[in-house]
Amino acid sequence: MRTRTTGTRTLHPGAWWVWALGLGTAASRTTNPLLLTLLVAVAGYVVATHRTDAPWSRSYAAFVRLALAVLLLRLAFAVVLGSPVPGSHTIVTLPELPLPHWAQGVRVGGRVTAEGLVFALYDGLKLAALLVCVGAANALANPARLLKSLPAALYEVGVAVVVAMTFAPHLVADVGRLRAARRLRGRPDRGLRGLAQVVLPVLEGALERSVALAAAMDARGYGRSAEVAPAVRRTTAALTLGGLLGVCAGTYGVLTAEGGGYGLPVLFAGLTVALAGLWLGGRRSPRTRYRPDAWGPRAWLVSASGVAVAALLVVAAAYEPSALHPGVVPLAAPTLPLWPMAAILLGLLPAFTVPAPLKGALTAPPTSEEPA
Amino acid sequence: MIRFEDVSVTYEGAAGPTVRGVDFEVPEGELVLLAGPSGVGKSTVLGAVSGLVPHFTGGTLRGRVTVAGRDTRTHKPRELADVVGTVGQDPLAHFVTDTVEDELAYGMESLGLAPDVMRRRVEETLDLLGLAALRDRPIATLSGGQRQRVAIGSVLTPHPRVLVLDEPTSALDPAAAEEVLAVLQRLVHDLGTTVLMAEHRLERVIQYADQVALLPSPGAPLVLGTPSEVMAVSPVYPPVVDLGRLAGWTPLPLTVRDARRRAGILRERLGRATAPGAVEVPTTPGAVEVPTTPGAEGVPMAPGAEGVRTGGTVPEPPLPTASRKPSRRLRFLRKPSPPAMDGPVPAHPAVAHALTVRRGRVEALRRVGLTVAPGETIALMGRNGAGKSTLLGALAGLVEPSAGTVRVGGAVPHRTPPRDLVRRVGLVPQEPRDLLYADTVAAECAAADRDAGAAPGACRTLVTGLLPGIGDDTHPRDLSEGQRLSLALAVILTARPPLLLLDEPTRGLDYAAKARLVGVLRSLAAEGHSIVLATHDVELAAELAHRVVLLADGEVIADGPAADVVVTSPSFAPQVAKILAPQKWLTVTQVRKALA
Repeated sequence: MRTRTTGTRTLHPGAWWVWALGLGTAASRTTNPLLLTLLVAVAGYVVATHRTDAPWSRSYAAFVRLALAVLLLRLAFAVVLGSPVPGSHTIVTLPELPLPHWAQGVRVGGRVTAEGLVFALYDGLKLAALLVCVGAANALANPARLLKSLPAALYEVGVAVVVAMTFAPHLVADVGRLRAARRLRGRPDRGLRGLAQVVLPVLEGALERSVALAAAMDARGYGRSAEVAPAVRRTTAALTLGGLLGVCAGTYGVLTAEGGGYGLPVLFAGLTVALAGLWLGGRRSPRTRYRPDAWGPRAWLVSASGVAVAALLVVAAAYEPSALHPGVVPLAAPTLPLWPMAAILLGLLPAFTVPAPLKGALTAPPTSEEPA
Repeated sequence: MIRFEDVSVTYEGAAGPTVRGVDFEVPEGELVLLAGPSGVGKSTVLGAVSGLVPHFTGGTLRGRVTVAGRDTRTHKPRELADVVGTVGQDPLAHFVTDTVEDELAYGMESLGLAPDVMRRRVEETLDLLGLAALRDRPIATLSGGQRQRVAIGSVLTPHPRVLVLDEPTSALDPAAAEEVLAVLQRLVHDLGTTVLMAEHRLERVIQYADQVALLPSPGAPLVLGTPSEVMAVSPVYPPVVDLGRLAGWTPLPLTVRDARRRAGILRERLGRATAPGAVEVPTTPGAVEVPTTPGAEGVPMAPGAEGVRTGGTVPEPPLPTASRKPSRRLRFLRKPSPPAMDGPVPAHPAVAHALTVRRGRVEALRRVGLTVAPGETIALMGRNGAGKSTLLGALAGLVEPSAGTVRVGGAVPHRTPPRDLVRRVGLVPQEPRDLLYADTVAAECAAADRDAGAAPGACRTLVTGLLPGIGDDTHPRDLSEGQRLSLALAVILTARPPLLLLDEPTRGLDYAAKARLVGVLRSLAAEGHSIVLATHDVELAAELAHRVVLLADGEVIADGPAADVVVTSPSFAPQVAKILAPQKWLTVTQVRKALA
């Protein structure tokens, strides 16, 4: 019998990230406001149907707000600082700030053209759509579970990041509590000075908490290591170092003009060797994983839908650049090109293939997948 | 299972050893309670079992500690992780992951258990601790009792043979504490786990202990024995033992049930004696029928909450106080203006009416009505998360009401500038350390005088009164929990607020520190200060409160004289009330006076 379990438990968090990054790549390929709005709507719909009540899911609203702020800021800059786009439709002329000659090329105030505004709007919309896509990934995938998928040798790094992530909310709560305490002493709780005097006790509290956490982790067996033969240890070190050197050399080759021939092969060889080192290093740690997220058919579907959206839009951008970048000079009304639109709608696939988490009821359903 | 051989621990920079000559053995499958006043080294002894002392804390450990045959000198804490499970005082500081299920698995992952074993043990532990419904919950959203159970569960999954717990129930409400203790008992009975725990609130745990290890004073040798033997000589004891000593019962009763069965004669004697109403509570507003005239002098209730107060429906019990009641009522109506306060005193230090506070989507308080009379002590009780701290915060101007009104000394607290507000209301928060910034007691006092606009030396005089023998140069961090509370109290009292609010004042206090606090608060109430304390500590509420207000889910569900509200509630009744019910005695002090 199949059971409905929460989305985060069944679907690999990496799949959500691939999907979201695919949508983000698609967003970066177009400035058509209709397509961008459609992309945001697709991401928003999947988030609305699939996010859980967990704290990290609430970050979506913050990302949406950030996206809006970016859009408004971009428009404000276009109004105040002018726009590189030439335009003939003047909407309003602001008083221009006279600047000394060494500030040539910088303009404050002056003509605000419709072309400039529209260009800024398209540009801002693109950034906003990117941010919304990243926010969607954050809301749908538990960041801690994503880190758990790291190779064993990077486990310590993952723990550090997870601990840091749980510490941030504690710090915010501490600041709130200590500012309240200042009020209780009859001191003003607002203003910079109020904040400055709170910093030291907050840091003190954070330090104490981390010491307590370190003690608890030690007592729970963190950092137990298995016996590893010296030969294996030496091989690990050699592989990792050699691999990293290879990566550096390869990157240099790719980036410089004359290294075109050897760049890529060296980079890949370096990566492979470094990964082998990491894998070998993982044997030092006796750790096992509890219910690791499996990359199942659903994960393939979700990530494939994201990759497909990205790939189709890249192709469309090559064949039909005019539809994906509606004209700004001269101004033209954007149209909704059929094929790119259909491609973006592919991004809705997760909404129908992944079972939605049970909203409100935080209790898990009875599990029928007990190990035999 | 756990063996201490002549152990002494000296921390770096300390003048002498923190514990000396500790020598005892905990047999397998026993629950041993480590008792003693604050500062005798209980946490040090517990830390030595898990190896955190001295491997993590530093210092020198002389002697030998062995756990399941492993010497902690040669085994680091992480190498003991499969035999010892440790839960510290603050479960939040213990969590590494963010959801319940992952947290339960974390320890096993570190030990490298096979995935199918981990899966099975997580499911078993979820069932054992009643956490199955919470398995996917983020830890941040759990209540205090749930967190404590998750913390215990997270160290249980590797199947340790020894469980070490430091104050597992101190921060919990009575019901949540029972929950946790029931789990511990189940572990000892069903799985044969050896448990060593320290706890100040002996009244909650003593009945579960097989043996008690007592550290009577700093540096004194450890005494190990059966609970009733040790309680006969212990400087710390729960009210049931106090009553047993008073009545001369041998062997001493440790549970309410034991005591009840022997209390027949005592009850008879007390029935003849002058009654409990004649003691303590001098300004109890009309002993039983408080709900007479809401608004005027009583306790106006939120319209929605009417009809649920327990005090109102209780028929008048055969209380000898009845004869004294009329005069009491008159005195209350006249509202004697307390001598210690200067300036015109508003009729009520605090009035809240239909107060509603929303936090996000949750209503933390729902149409709460509360009137605090001058000189009155009110205990706010209820589960963790019932809205007690929010109510105190609203009175102290930290929380803005979303509906309804609050007036403190006639002012709207959250709109009053802090400098003015401190003269009307003072709040000692749950963590008194938050109030203290300075490096020395003297500097703290000088700052408090400046903040409150009091004469220089005002705060220092208060500190000397509350904490005799504390030097000017002492760092507030070096004070004990109780001393720090007293210092914070003195800082708040410097502004002489007529209304004093305390949030969980007895967390981490031993019986002696608690008794001192009770004395201080009583004399403050006698001077005319009104006191509102939010507490889980039923014994404290019984000692101090004239009135008890019970909150549940942000609503007032009972509001009336302490004796009435508390005696009828199974979880909030103090031990003495349970033993001597249906007579309404609340504390041993009352009984002692009546018998004298």
